[in-house]
Amino acid sequence: MHPAPSVIIFTTLSGLGFGLFMWLGLGTPNVTGLPAFIWFFVAYALSVGGLIASTFHLGNRKNAIYAFSQWRTSWLSREGIMAVLTLLTFAPYAIGLIFLGRHWPLLGNIGTLFALITVFTTSMMYAQLKTVPRWRMIPVIPFLFELYAIAGGALLAGEARVAGWLILVLTGLQIAAWMMGDAKVANLTTNKGTATGLGRFGSVRMLESGHTARSYVMDEMVHMIGRKHAQKLRVISALLIGAIPAALLLFLPAGPLVILLAVASHVIGVATSRWLFFAEAEHVVGMYSSRG
Amino acid sequence: MTALPKTTEKKLGLVIDLDTCVGCHGCVTACKGWNTQNYGAPLADVDAYGADPEGTFLNRVFSYEVTPDDGAMPFTVHMPRSCLHCEDAPCVTVCPTGASYKRTEDGIVLVNEDRCIGCGLCAWACPYGARELDLVAGVMKKCTLCVDRIYNENLPEEDRLPACVRTCPAGARHFGDLGDPDSDVSQLVASRETVDLMPEQGTKPVNTYLAPRPKDRMASDGAPQLEPVATEAKGFLGWLDKALEKL
Repeated sequence: MHPAPSVIIFTTLSGLGFGLFMWLGLGTPNVTGLPAFIWFFVAYALSVGGLIASTFHLGNRKNAIYAFSQWRTSWLSREGIMAVLTLLTFAPYAIGLIFLGRHWPLLGNIGTLFALITVFTTSMMYAQLKTVPRWRMIPVIPFLFELYAIAGGALLAGEARVAGWLILVLTGLQIAAWMMGDAKVANLTTNKGTATGLGRFGSVRMLESGHTARSYVMDEMVHMIGRKHAQKLRVISALLIGAIPAALLLFLPAGPLVILLAVASHVIGVATSRWLFFAEAEHVVGMYSSRG
Repeated sequence: MTALPKTTEKKLGLVIDLDTCVGCHGCVTACKGWNTQNYGAPLADVDAYGADPEGTFLNRVFSYEVTPDDGAMPFTVHMPRSCLHCEDAPCVTVCPTGASYKRTEDGIVLVNEDRCIGCGLCAWACPYGARELDLVAGVMKKCTLCVDRIYNENLPEEDRLPACVRTCPAGARHFGDLGDPDSDVSQLVASRETVDLMPEQGTKPVNTYLAPRPKDRMASDGAPQLEPVATEAKGFLGWLDKALEKL
């Protein structure tokens, strides 16, 4: 799949933003006044910024309001609704903490639940697609997305020790998910024979493509650039997401500088892994158009 | 809503004969022509005469070579690929806006361009590569089964067919109600072997591809050789042969 910057920015930033909301809703960190303002500002900036970035790849933004209408069938629609609901739920909660010095736990916990559901709907947007075997791993992909959000949120909330351990678990699960994806693709029953239905007559190869120039389908779904560096990028990503931040958080005394370095490393790592999430994902339509 | 109808009154679709298709791309051109001048946003071309042209098409013909495992001659199959108007269309249910829908009356899968946001998720959900986002209009384009021809009473009756079917010079494309067992297309399908495209995706396509018929086989060592008419030279040639031998 084409690793469009808009979707990488969206899933990375929004995931962290909603992850931070999950902790803020539980009263962590326990802050009011100006510090509360800063924390909520970061959470809103990340989540809203990510959501805005996601609209950059839309071809026809003027119809965006309709995207809230199909919650009965569409995970993308559900995601839009849940994101807005979460942001709205946290508004009075944040106002209470910042301006009134009041903490309303029930409202916060509802917000946390909504944030969890939002991240789940994001993950299902990808995990629902039968056409992309590497994404169609339920519950691994939803669980992975949630863990990314919870661990990244803990880090942003300044919970150094908790974040350190969560990030280690996250890195382990991410590595396992990569390997499961590899195994799934290696054992795929879809091939040129099943794609064309001609497999029962013999071995099938493409003689001529349907087009001499590029096409939307090829650009969007048969992206192959960068897959050759996938293994190296996985190692880099695992180090940046997990190993480096975990070492910083678990072995050094917690302080603003340590947290800042861990956040920087983690965010770059998450963005790298999200690039891989798209770039490595093979779409079955490639069977129709690949040579060989 | 983007929920799929449980049943449709008709199952309009195409029957494409892979045995007959010669891969001329006439259907591709006719489709591009009709759908650029009629329903919805035109099918744009970008940089059409430049170094990196790209355009939107609703139908494209790919050619495949099949090499039988039993040593028979390899053969070529031209496969026109367009929307299969699946009964269980995954492109419809993923749509967040309700722009994608499957019609209850005839089963055609359509895009309402006044609702489409061009997010591309439906194209991701389709295993057949049947949907293309128009690069100029920014909305999703797909085969409409020429919904603006088949019911169009302003056209002569013989033209009330999808443009690809009307134009096919080989008679490889047929259009009709595949839900009616007595229809011409259903009878045609019943009389022939068919091939299923990615049945493991569970999409239940309405369009049906007729399988290539078995090819003539060539004996591996060619035609049997004729018996020699004579092994001994006789008559004048026999005498000449002996005479020259004695010299």
